[in-house]
Amino acid sequence: MPPTSPKSAAEPIPGTTLFDGQAAAKGYQLNAMCFSFNEAANRAAFLADEEAYCARYGLTPEQRAAVAKRDVLGMIAAGGNIYYLAKLAGIFGLNVQDVGALQTGKTVDQFKAMLLAQGQGQSYEEAANG
Amino acid sequence: MAEIVGAYFTSHVPAISGAIHRGDQQQPYWKPFFDGFIRVHEWLAAMKPDVAVVFSNDHGLNFFLNAMPTFAVGAASEYANADEGWGLPLYKTFKGHPELSWHVIEQLVADEFDPVTCQQMLVDHAVSIPFELAYPGAQEWPVRLVPIGINTVQHPLPSAKRCLALGRSVHRALASWQGAERIVVIGTGGLSHQLDGERAGFMNPDYDRFCLDHLAADPDALTGHSIEVMVRLSGTQGVEVLNWIAARGALGPGAVEVHRNYHIPISNTAAATLLLEPA
Repeated sequence: MPPTSPKSAAEPIPGTTLFDGQAAAKGYQLNAMCFSFNEAANRAAFLADEEAYCARYGLTPEQRAAVAKRDVLGMIAAGGNIYYLAKLAGIFGLNVQDVGALQTGKTVDQFKAMLLAQGQGQSYEEAANG
Repeated sequence: MAEIVGAYFTSHVPAISGAIHRGDQQQPYWKPFFDGFIRVHEWLAAMKPDVAVVFSNDHGLNFFLNAMPTFAVGAASEYANADEGWGLPLYKTFKGHPELSWHVIEQLVADEFDPVTCQQMLVDHAVSIPFELAYPGAQEWPVRLVPIGINTVQHPLPSAKRCLALGRSVHRALASWQGAERIVVIGTGGLSHQLDGERAGFMNPDYDRFCLDHLAADPDALTGHSIEVMVRLSGTQGVEVLNWIAARGALGPGAVEVHRNYHIPISNTAAATLLLEPA
């Protein structure tokens, strides 16, 4: 068994939000809008008039502000789930490395280097702080 | 009697399909991952399965938060892919095996599981990429599909113990099926990765090795962690290993490892391929 302290289950996981019922309820409108981006016509409608499209889905002020700022951590704090947010990121041509960089305050090259360093034997902590 | 010929397990990172589309399999970044499938190609050519029972998680193509099943079993005559919203190529449609699907559902409910049953079901990259990897260049898939979806998106997720029990119930169904099918079981997703939050980019080869080392001979060892501890150890999306655990249960009581490959990173993910046969 990998080592885990007995209390570890109760401690918050650093830098991690569990997408639970509370988050899913809070984020419903934002995630519903992102789910709609499975259709190309909806992606085009968002790009044509972002304000109107967000209004159609009834985004909360917190959600609307996070989308306007392209603030991924803000979207997660507002209940967004990454599987749905990825569809929004796709509209802007952003992949998961771009999104990772946005969330960790790194450049995309730094984020990619952090991933590669883990492949070369560094722990996540070493790679992320290196 | 139907025969369960074995099981393979693989990551389903969307970027893999981009690499296939571009023909990047021999590029230095991709080669260590794609080379892990050569043995799987040889094995499939020898075993010739004609049915695939696939455990995976939907990523917001077929299911949304309005109705999110913990376990869902497809019982359709075909399963199409559709636009997932981020520019992936469309994948080939699968033929289904609704008679076997209903037989699996009967067994699951007899074993006191409560699955959602789906006579219409879109399948996303989590189902398609494992076939793109296994059957490169195929014009159509040589297997009929029984897809089983596990919620790894919205907590509470089913426990690892419950997923293993689900897989074992599916095994009982496959073992009692009277057809002549040759069945391959597939578990998709993982291993450790985290896409969201300040910890995005987290991977954990120690935990992945623990999973790979125990999946064949002692899968119950993977059920000792709560979901929260699994997220801590494997990342928010690393919990997709639940699909592997369920698939391992469906393979049957004993298993031997035939082949494994493990490579960091593919995209943001610790990518793994594992091939098991019944013991």
